[in-house]
Amino acid sequence: MQNQIETFLERVEHCKSLVELNAVVAGLRDIFQVNHVVYHSVNSTGEPYALATYDQQWAEYYESEALYRVDPVVLGAFQRFHPYNWKSLDWEKKTARQFFQEAQDGGVGNQGVSVPVRGPNGEFALFSISHTCSDEAWARFLSAHMPNFLLIGHYIHASIRALEFPETVGSYVVLSPRETDALRLLGAGLNRGRAAEQLKISEHTLRVYIESARSKLNASNTTHAVAKALAQGLINI
Amino acid sequence: MLRYLYADEISDYPLLQDTMFRDRKTQFVDRLGWDLTIDRRGWEQDAYDQMNPLYAIWQLPDGSHGGSMRVLPTTGPCMINDHFCDVTGGAITSPLIWESTRFCLSPRSLEKAGRVSAAIMLAGCEIGLGFHLGHAVGVFDARIARIYRRLGWSPEILGSQGQGRKRVSVGLWEFSPQVRDRLCSAAGITAVQSRDWFAAAFHHESCGQPSSIPGQVSAQLP
Repeated sequence: MQNQIETFLERVEHCKSLVELNAVVAGLRDIFQVNHVVYHSVNSTGEPYALATYDQQWAEYYESEALYRVDPVVLGAFQRFHPYNWKSLDWEKKTARQFFQEAQDGGVGNQGVSVPVRGPNGEFALFSISHTCSDEAWARFLSAHMPNFLLIGHYIHASIRALEFPETVGSYVVLSPRETDALRLLGAGLNRGRAAEQLKISEHTLRVYIESARSKLNASNTTHAVAKALAQGLINI
Repeated sequence: MLRYLYADEISDYPLLQDTMFRDRKTQFVDRLGWDLTIDRRGWEQDAYDQMNPLYAIWQLPDGSHGGSMRVLPTTGPCMINDHFCDVTGGAITSPLIWESTRFCLSPRSLEKAGRVSAAIMLAGCEIGLGFHLGHAVGVFDARIARIYRRLGWSPEILGSQGQGRKRVSVGLWEFSPQVRDRLCSAAGITAVQSRDWFAAAFHHESCGQPSSIPGQVSAQLP
């Protein structure tokens, strides 16, 4: 599973168009065996923008009826940044209950989770996964995968920004001296213990520099981060 | 009690809001001498308070502020990456790391400073574990560093700057259930109570309403 996720993140990062990204993101359904995945945000012209695997009929109905005005999943979501199980939202209102039933009929599923993304310019996006299963199965699924979902939401957002604003995102990758050192030493073949020793920091701190560098480079793992940093001339070995 | 409030929710608690921003002025401007902006209400607020941050707050029985901290994700604009890159050696950006700033104790909490500090850090730990994060990154001063040490949850220091009481450091805290248990004891709060406060803030269903999502469906995840 973890290999599949890393491969997925790599593919997200190499997408050359939104159409391609849409197809790659849809592949998450097979990786996690869930009903649907959705990413939505507001694009550069201020228009709502979505990548979704929902049935076309449901998607069109949602849009034509402007259901985002009653959908508890998106109401208020763009002001928040903590991930949430849809179960924890307020479904008490009549409009919300009705919406829930319609969403069930539309194949969304009775469970869902959303991960808000807050980007470098303060922009917001929301990544969601929905499914049909019991509460217990869903809770187990979430506790097994939440950190992955946080990463996936972030990577999809970064990829979309890179496609939409290639010039700004290109200059966004600035590694700190410590991050550069960490990748350089790992790239030179040192293990984490030796690299940390050489930098006179703990392995724990080293991990955080690597994680931060990986995130900035949109790399799926450490090896990939080293390769990308090399390719972009950010480090020399 | 511990409250978790986004900035756009805190005005529902006017006394809590007023005393929190005043206490921040008392701590950071009057006591530590930081050069910060005070508005005409006597509140210390900065640009990050305008980004709808999350506040973890210890609320006293009279409804006023006993202590707090401010939380923002490091993937968006945040204080550490905007202002402390020369201390950290460069931006720290990850969806699994959130920043914690403005760790503040009210003068009304001074007799119980240890317990209240532990409660605020407990709130930070609940946030980290509850949202499946790995680390918190934060700016702190030398005085607070002693409190962290006493509570057994010292950060790894990424860098420091300045001298004397103006000295500030950036540190890194790792979340773990063991730390949560330790902070519960130090704060005199049971684990169940702490979980309930967290759930009350973030889980609508645990506020007493029956869960309204209908239907147990038989399909199982693999």
